[in-house]
Formats: sequence, structure tokens, C-alpha cells
Amino acid sequence: MPAYNTIAFRPELCNGCGDCMRTCAEVKTGSADSANARIQISADGDTLALALCRQCGDPKCVANCPAAALDKRLADGVIAWDGSKCVNCLLCTVGCAYGGIVYNAAAQHVVKCDTCAGDPACVRVCSTGALRYLTTARIYNEVGDLEDLFAPGLSGCQGCNTELVMRHALRRIGPDTVLATPPGCIPGMGSVGYNGQTGTKVPVFHPLLTNTASMLTGIRRQYRRLGRKVHAVALAGDGGAADVGFQSLSGAAERGEEILFICVDNEGYMNTGMQRSSCTPFGAWTSTTPVGERGRGKTQHAKNLPVIMMMHNCEYVATASTGFMEDLYAKLDRALAASERGFAYLHIYSPCTTGWRFPSQDNIEVARKAVESDFVLLWEFTPAAGLQLTRDVSHPVSISEYLRVLGKFRHLDDAEVHEIEAAVERNRQFITGLAQGQHPAMARLAADRADDTGARS
Amino acid sequence: MAQPVRYLLVGASHAALSALQAIRMHDPDGSLTMITRDDALPYSPTVLPYVVSGRSQPARVALKDESWLASQRVELRRGRTVTAVDTTDCSVRLDDGSVLGWEKLLLATGADPIVPQVPGLAGVKFHVLRRLTDAVALRDAVAGTREAIVLGAGLIGMHAAENLVKAGVGVTIVEMQPRVLAGYFDAEASALIETTFTDAGVCLRLGRRAAAVAAAGERIQVRLDDDSELVADLLLVATGVTPVLDYLAGSGIATDRGVLVDDCMRTSAAGVWAAGDVAQARDFYAADPGARIINGILPDAVEQGRVAGQSMAGDPGLRPYEGGVPLNTYTYFDQQAVSVGRQDCGATVRSEAGAGRYLRIVMDADRLTGIFGINSPFDPGVMWEIIQRRIDLGPVRAAFLADPQRAARGVMSRTWR
Ligand SMILES: Cc1cc2nc3c(=O)[nH]c(=O)nc-3n(C[C@H](O)[C@H](O)[C@H](O)COP(=O)(O)OP(=O)(O)OC[C@H]3O[C@@H](n4cnc5c(N)ncnc54)[C@H](O)[C@@H]3O)c2cc1C
Repeated sequence: MPAYNTIAFRPELCNGCGDCMRTCAEVKTGSADSANARIQISADGDTLALALCRQCGDPKCVANCPAAALDKRLADGVIAWDGSKCVNCLLCTVGCAYGGIVYNAAAQHVVKCDTCAGDPACVRVCSTGALRYLTTARIYNEVGDLEDLFAPGLSGCQGCNTELVMRHALRRIGPDTVLATPPGCIPGMGSVGYNGQTGTKVPVFHPLLTNTASMLTGIRRQYRRLGRKVHAVALAGDGGAADVGFQSLSGAAERGEEILFICVDNEGYMNTGMQRSSCTPFGAWTSTTPVGERGRGKTQHAKNLPVIMMMHNCEYVATASTGFMEDLYAKLDRALAASERGFAYLHIYSPCTTGWRFPSQDNIEVARKAVESDFVLLWEFTPAAGLQLTRDVSHPVSISEYLRVLGKFRHLDDAEVHEIEAAVERNRQFITGLAQGQHPAMARLAADRADDTGARS
Repeated sequence: MAQPVRYLLVGASHAALSALQAIRMHDPDGSLTMITRDDALPYSPTVLPYVVSGRSQPARVALKDESWLASQRVELRRGRTVTAVDTTDCSVRLDDGSVLGWEKLLLATGADPIVPQVPGLAGVKFHVLRRLTDAVALRDAVAGTREAIVLGAGLIGMHAAENLVKAGVGVTIVEMQPRVLAGYFDAEASALIETTFTDAGVCLRLGRRAAAVAAAGERIQVRLDDDSELVADLLLVATGVTPVLDYLAGSGIATDRGVLVDDCMRTSAAGVWAAGDVAQARDFYAADPGARIINGILPDAVEQGRVAGQSMAGDPGLRPYEGGVPLNTYTYFDQQAVSVGRQDCGATVRSEAGAGRYLRIVMDADRLTGIFGINSPFDPGVMWEIIQRRIDLGPVRAAFLADPQRAARGVMSRTWR
């Protein structure tokens, strides 16, 4: 069964204007009486309740229909209602726990949402972004058909997010790739193989922590000389990128080598025993920033590696998260295209169940919370457009909602939480400022670009 | 005996289909055979009143078609009746004498009409309504009918009576209870429904039993227990249903009124499950978890079928059966009657009737135990969920009583969004 698009509702963005209901009624019945809308948003105390067909995967309304009038369409996932078969028995309404199929007195039969054939009118008129039409399903369907270019049975920890990142990324990048995986979790779980067997179905090598980007530079240049189009891709950890691997990374970026460098940031050296890196955030427990009588976790803030990479004026720089796959895939596609022209850098935040101490089934939820709390910001940079936020940062959930699920922050006191809050707020203002082009850093980059063009012409 | 099938489903209606889908979610390949005594693709008894009225064409009521069954790798044997079950060598015997082995067996044979012991009834031609052939026969008989008698004012009798009167037939309903639909609604709601029927010209003989039946030429004569006499061209017997159990004689599978099952729909015999109208399962409302009832409704056949299928396939995602909750929707003369839950397991906290509308809410302390309406908008599925989750409505009690649909949707959004 394929994955399907869906209408999503974020009540915190809804202002109760009712446009969605009026428009739906208008489109479906020709009159704007909200009572006839297939979507109903009603206030109950301070809750905004959404009664709308969820187009369930295993729909009880369909199972309860004695007349074969309801059908879960395999093509688009919509539960279709056939008025010529419906007998008005209302048993479908017994099966629906979402108020998604209801008897409508004006129509004299049940009515339900059909997603307007993939272009829902309610979403089109929603001015606050509370209603969105999620098309993420598309990528799962597309990518699902591509070959997984890692071998099965990599030995990542249970619930490892990095394994997910690797498999998704390489599937999309495709087989014409030479892959570098410097020391870290990625070769640790088997990318370069065991006992003479490789862990990938593409050529892979294991550079030193220090020379990943320079080795890839040579490989990419050699293939170009041979006239072969090959992607030179690094999958490195934050240690290998931000600390000891940084000089070769910075050099390759500055020279504009045609490389896609993906940094999988799990905020420390998780493979070797969870030591701190320069990407470990303030207050975090690691084995080298212990928590005890004196120690309170890391005493410095993380350095902002993606911003540093942006200041190399790369062809493309972006941050991404597995909590937001559609965004991640769009950026991966753009990064790959940019790596044909110059240096592309993708920074993917990757929560670590083992090193951050949280239950293995919560990984995606943690990734999502990191973004929703603005602890992690999603943005992208191109020389032409500068830095652009790719997700609204103006309605963050409280930072403690994020911190409290992670064992590595469990010891924090209020003052330390405030310290983190303040850092998150500074970063938000800094990045927002860059996005609005008001920041001096952006002005400098713009000037560099002008110089560049001047020099070339 | 040939190679046994992994899954054998006896019955091809809601319980069996729901089990089949649950099995296939977990085990896409295990061999699966489904047997039905009907020579038809799977269909629902619930659609039959509409076949009688002509609204549904028999050719368009199939719940699943051949290509879907093939896609699910199901072998459907139609027109074959299981006559015996052997739980020692794990096989069933069919009416053509053949024997079929199974590893896991589901009994989903539903129910048959009860034909009451009325003197003379066996000697006349009467109709029942449970199978597609019954519906077609009844539909065809309506054409030449001027007057009809319906025994029983349950859902089946009421549906049939409406169809008959709409087809221009004079109808008399005989019911031994003092009101119609006694199992589903309280006296006030029943009264509203009765008014609609009598306004439409249906004659109701409530609190009366048929004492004797006899042929009167081409017609049928029914004498009631007050010695009054009715004569009609057509007699429909709709006095209730009883599980189909005859084929279980000697199998050793424990039965009471139906096949006794635990919360995973397992019967007393290893490797044998039962679900739907044939099963006697946990009662949601009973304090005693061992109490067993036959709920006899379509949504529960679906629910029980799912539990059985998951259990048969060894699906670790199995959530055991929570117990039967009565759920009924009844559309009559363009009016909507809905009952969710029970009337007698709490106190009535809101009740109003009048002007074709009716609403009654029953709660046990702050928990909803039942809600009943006629032309009252609320979401039955949301209410079912609220009852089943035993949600504490204390914090929203006033709002719930004032506008149950809105408040229940609020609870939904806070609890299971
Ligand atoms: C006229 C009518 C109206 C109804 N209206 C409603 C309603 O509005 N709401 C509601 O909730 N419920 C209603 N019901 C009840 C509902 O249809 C049943 O609860 C539901 O169909 C039960 O499903 P089931 O799969 O358990 O059994 P059934 O639907 O009875 O199916 C039994 C299956 O077993 C097969 N079978 C039986 N014995 C054998 C055998 N020995 N060998 C092989 N196959 C066998 C049959 O062919 C059939 O396929 C109505 C029923 C009728 C008859």
C-alpha cells in the first residue's frame, strides 16, 4: 500500500475565522452555510476540535458499510462514498471516532471529505497555516522504489536516527557515488564493512578523521578528468566535521570543490563512548563533561557549524532534520544539484538514543521537538538568495518540553535551563536577522559575491 | 485429506471479512479459505431491507469482488455448508461429503431467524429475512401483495414494514412487547417511532402474540392471543435470531446460546476462534468479566472479527476485546434514530422529547454509559469511544449535557486527536 497525502491541522495556529468551513460548503454544496461543510472546526473551552475524515488506513467506516458504498481507494487513499449504493443506514458513523462522516440534514445522506481531488479548498483559503495539505507521502512512495544502497543488518543502536539518515540519503543520491565515511558511528555500524565484506553497494572508503574532504577532492577531480560523472559524498559525524576534520573541510569548501558533505550531527563522539564535541550543547552530560558533585555537563555552548560553513560562501548550505522529511528531501535534492557546481554542505540533526539517553522509539519525536522548540532551526543558504528560513520559527513550543525528554539534560536546574533558553533566543534572532538580510554578515557575503562577479567578468 | 489450509474461515460476512483483513495485515501469504453456504459473493444481511425495497440491486451489494479476493490470495468456496467440525484431527466436513483440514479455524456463521412455535405456522408459506435469497423472494412477493402481516417489531420487522407500506401494501405488525424496538430504545423514543409508523398507515398490534396460523385459500390467517383475526397475502416472521450452531454438535466446542469465547475470541477448543453473531463474548457493562452476551450487531461483528484475525495470525499488536456495547442506527421514513450504549447502567441526566426530536443521555457518575437520539446530531463513533475509554466527563459535564456533539468532539481532540 502506498503512502498518501493528508490534511493536517495545527490548532495553535487557528484563529477560528471559519473560512475553511464556508469555502468547503460553497465548493461542495454551492451555498456558504458552514453547517454543510465536510470540515468542522468547533471550539470547546480552549480546545479547537477538528471533525474531518482522516482517510484512515484501515477504515472502520468502510468495514461497517453493509452496502459497499464506501471504498478506500488504493490510488489516492481517499475513502470514496458512492451515493448510488448508500442505503442511509448510518452504520459508517458508528465506525468513525473522528466525526469524519456525518449525516447531513440538507443533503439527506452522510457526507465526508474527499480532499477535493488533491487540492483541498479549505487549505487554500486558510490564511494562518493552521490547515496544511501534507504531500510528504510522495517522497516515501518515490524513495521506496529506489534501491537501499546500504547492506541490511548494519549494527546501529536500537532506534538509531543516523542509520535512517544514511539509508535515506544514499537511496536518493543513487549508485553513481563514491562515499567517504570517516571514523564515527557510521563506519562503526558497518558502512565500510566487516570481515572483508563491504557495508554498502557503492564504493566506500574510510578516510582519517582529518582528511575526509581532501581525499574526496582528489577522487572527484580524478573522475572529472576521466570524464565520469560521479557524486563525491561524505557522511561524517559532527566530530569529524567540526573538530579534527575541520581544516580539510574548510579548505575544500573555500576552494569550491564539487563535493556533497553531509554532517550527521549527534552532538558528540557517540561511537567511542559519548565524549563531548564542539557541537555538544551547553549543559549536556557526556562522558567527558560528567555530572556529579562539581560537574554540571558541558560548560560551553555549541559552535554553529552550518553558519560557519555558510560563511565559506558555499554553493549550498542547509540544515535539516528527520522530523521533517519533506524538507530534508528537498534540501538533499538541491544540495546534490549544487555539488555539480561547487561545494554543498548539509547539516542534519540526529538525536542519539544511546548518548542522549531517551527511549529508542522516541527518536523522530525528539527530532521534531528539537525543531519545534527552535533549539534547532531549519534554513538554507545559496549565494543568490542568501539565508532563508525553511520553517516558521515564530511559534516555538517551550524549550523545556524538549529538554525534559532527554537524559543528558535531566540534571539541569532552572538557571541552566534559562541559560539554554537565552542561547536559543540569541540564535533565533541571529538567524532571523540573517534571513532578513539585515545582518552585517549577510552584507559582507553580498559584497564578496559582488567582488567575485567583478573579478570574473 | 489434502494439505490443511493455514486459515479456514466459515462464513463470508462482516466477522469473517474483518478477520481476513486482520490476518492479511500480519500474514500476507498463509493459505486461506473462506466458506459460505450462500451462492453469492460476500454480502451483508443488513443491506437486505434495501434489496427488498429495490433501492439496492442484488448484483451491486457484494462487499468484496473476485479480483479483491484474488489480490488477498483467498479461496472463496460459495454455496457450501459446513456440516461438522472435528477438533481432534482439525478438519471440517462439508455438505458434499468432502473434508477439509485446517490449522486455524474461525467460526463466523452468524445467526438464523427464530421461527416461533405457533400452531399452524409450519403449514403455511411465510417469509424470513436473513439471506440474499430471502430478500429477493420477499421483494418479488411484494408485487402481488395487498396486505401483509409482520411478526416482530425489531429492526428487521420495522424495516420490512416500512418497505411494504411504501410499496402500497397494508401492513399490520404484531409484537408481544408493549412497544416497538424495545431492545433498542426507551418508551418515549419508541412512542415517537410508533407515531411515525401509524401516521404512515401501519397498524400496530402491540403486546399481542400470534396464537395460531392457518391457510385461508391463497391467503394466510393469523389469530392473535386476544382472539382477534388478521388475514393477509404475505406473512413475514421477524421474531428474532439465534446463532447458527447445528454443525458444532459433537465437536466438543463449548456453547451456551452462542459459541463461548474469551477476549481474544478463542473458543474452548485449541486452534478454533469465533466472532460475530455466532459468538457469545464479554459484556462491556457487566461487573463480572466472565459474563458473556450475544451483541448481534454489525459493528461488533467487525470488531470481534478483527480481534479474532489478529489473534489467529499471532499479531503482537492485538488489543483484546473490550466487551460488547449495543450500537444501533435506524433510519425510518427519513428520520434518524441512534442508540449508543445502554439505558439501564446509569442515571438519566438529560432527557427531552418532542417535535420529532428526542435526546437522552445516561451517565454513571461522570462516565457516559449511553446516549440515544432521534434526529439529534451527535457522532455515534465518538460516543462509542468515550464510553469504551471510560472517559471522565466531570470537567466538561455541563458542556456535554448542553451540546454533546461539540463537547464530545472537544474530548476527542484532547484525547485521541
Ligand atoms: C434484515 C437485517 C437488518 C439488519 N440491520 C442491522 C443494522 O441496521 N445494524 C446492525 O448493526 N446490524 C444489523 N443487522 C445484523 C447484522 O447484519 C449482523 O450483526 C451481522 O451481519 C453479523 O455478521 P456475521 O459475520 O457475524 O454473520 P452473518 O452476517 O450472519 O454471516 C454469516 C455467514 O456465515 C455463513 N454460514 C452460516 N452457516 C454456515 C455453514 N454452516 N457453512 C458455511 N457457511 C455458513 C453465511 O453464509 C454467511 O456468509 C441486520 C440483520 C438483518 C438480517
